[in-house]
Amino acid sequence: MDTVSWLSYTLLGVFHGINPGMGWLFAVALGMQEKRRSAVIGALFPMALGHAISIAVVVFAIALAQRQLPEDVLRIACAVVLFGFGTYKFFRARHPKWVGMRVNFKDLTIWSFLMASAHGAGLMLAPLLLRMPAAEASTHTHHTMATMTDSTVMLLSAVGVHTLSFLVVTGIVAVIVYEVVGLALLRKAWFNLDMLWSIALMIAGIVTLFWKH
Amino acid sequence: MLQQWKPDPTFYPSPKMAIDAPIEELAYVAAPRDDGKPDAMCVVDLNKASDTYGQIVSKLELGVRDEIHHFNWNACSASLCPYAPHPYIERRYLVVPALRGSNIYILDVKEDPKSPKLIKTLEADEVESRSGYTRPHTVHCGPEGIYVSALATAGSEEGPGGIFLMDHYNFNILGQWEVERGPQSLSYDFWWHLGYDVAVTSEWGYPAMIENGVSLEDLGERKFGHKIHIWDIRHRKNIQTLDLGDDYQMILELRPAHDPTKAHGFVNAVLNMNDLSSSIWTWYKDGDDWGIQKIIDIPAQAPENPDDLPPALKDIGMIPPLVTDHILSLDDKYLYVSCWGTGEMLQYDVSDPFNPKHVGTLKIGGITKSYPHPSAGPVSGGPQMVELSRDGKRLYFTNSLYVAWDNQFYPEGANGWMVKADVNVEDGGLELDPDFFVDFGESRAHQIRLQGGDSSSDSYCYP
Repeated sequence: MDTVSWLSYTLLGVFHGINPGMGWLFAVALGMQEKRRSAVIGALFPMALGHAISIAVVVFAIALAQRQLPEDVLRIACAVVLFGFGTYKFFRARHPKWVGMRVNFKDLTIWSFLMASAHGAGLMLAPLLLRMPAAEASTHTHHTMATMTDSTVMLLSAVGVHTLSFLVVTGIVAVIVYEVVGLALLRKAWFNLDMLWSIALMIAGIVTLFWKH
Repeated sequence: MLQQWKPDPTFYPSPKMAIDAPIEELAYVAAPRDDGKPDAMCVVDLNKASDTYGQIVSKLELGVRDEIHHFNWNACSASLCPYAPHPYIERRYLVVPALRGSNIYILDVKEDPKSPKLIKTLEADEVESRSGYTRPHTVHCGPEGIYVSALATAGSEEGPGGIFLMDHYNFNILGQWEVERGPQSLSYDFWWHLGYDVAVTSEWGYPAMIENGVSLEDLGERKFGHKIHIWDIRHRKNIQTLDLGDDYQMILELRPAHDPTKAHGFVNAVLNMNDLSSSIWTWYKDGDDWGIQKIIDIPAQAPENPDDLPPALKDIGMIPPLVTDHILSLDDKYLYVSCWGTGEMLQYDVSDPFNPKHVGTLKIGGITKSYPHPSAGPVSGGPQMVELSRDGKRLYFTNSLYVAWDNQFYPEGANGWMVKADVNVEDGGLELDPDFFVDFGESRAHQIRLQGGDSSSDSYCYP
């Protein structure tokens, strides 16, 4: 993987981390309900885990599809799904239906997994994934155990880097909002990240089509 | 439909922040009727600088003998709840349930807030077949959709009543809310402690027990509700039932603390069968369980002339206070209690929810009493549905309970009115605004909603 890829995984982690619907807002609320900062911090790890699982599912699904489908077919399929999903979310305001503040580690992991999945967080990484193994394929003419392990490690690293940057950003935002800024932020500075998110999905769809290595 | 780019400005993360909301300029008031003309949603001008201050500026006619009741907004501050935030939905539709007709009306107030438009009617057949319930009563905007309580099962007209869900984008009825109902059958009000994943429901009576006036026979047999139920919202199951004892009949309005970190609330018991008193109770979390404790008794009063009593009270010879509504200020400090029978509005400091202090009294109307309004003179009916501005400084209330019950307790006539009291929020105290008396004429006047939100419209997920 090249620097552009690493940077992109990291930046997408930042983008996911900033979105209040992905975690930091819930962490802040749990801290306020319990009246302690440790509840904010404690919520971050299951959130990161759930996010990572959701991302990993998509990443490995795409990697698997790459072994089965011609590259152009997969590229077009991913582009259509991304652009279609983004358009749908742009015009149709819907949100996941979760009710529940009293959550344990498992609940929060599931919650985060559901939020990331429902928002298509993993899908957003598709252009990066499709860009990557194309390079691999040119250097290895046939798949050996070694290359499979290599690519698994690489995919896991991608998920790891993305999740780490997600965790750091969500955590920083959560603590700053909890300790310093307060909830007034929600009224003043919250603009429709869901709309921006839909646009990001659409852009990712277009990028998937044209961004080849 | 394109979404909004900014959160709806009427949503507040916490009740504390909502207290600083701008002053309301309009009220929406449900006006049922008894004369064969249609019920109406009336808009009242609350802007003191306006020429039409204290007047009805528009009326939208709905169904005949529908008994429109506890309507509410499609969306509110609960849209900011952290586990499924969707702050870009607009507070623009009123969801208006008809307690007798079982229709549900959706009114749009965005284009001209002074003149709501009817954009959708869910007919009784549809409401009943999709929800399984009949006689929809109370609406609350929840974290993920609209919740509506109803008195009875469709078809049987008896128990169980319960709650159903509506989609807050297209107003489709999604079906029964409860998964495990437990012993609950009678139904009335509901609200929740979102910070604890707990809902609370209360009990009134089945349609046959109320629709021709309160059935004195059923009351004598103590068939009305005397319990509240505690629910796990996440799993939609009954986790505890708290019985106030069948001495107490009709347990109605639930007012949980607005602060989601607090786990207590207030409910009124309309009638104590032994002495006709009304009472206020505090429910509270007690370790893993919930408890309930009576905190206020409001005694019945003797009439000056027993011959003036309506037939329903002649044999008894006393005036029951008939506490049928109350409201809790957004800072959880003051509770305002409507004594519909005795014509009093009582103000309590409930900062300590187990040791209320009586800090204010205002008198208007009342059975045989007819305490006058400072500018309108003697009035019929008594204080009933009560609503409070978000800053806690202006208390609005109306005089009608339910058409058939108005006729039973105020047989000489119950022309609708709405009044406003200014509140001393520092030490307590209430004073009627002499410039504000809204005359609804032959219409009755029931539930009030204030533009942008009030003290019973919104739920909050942050303290």
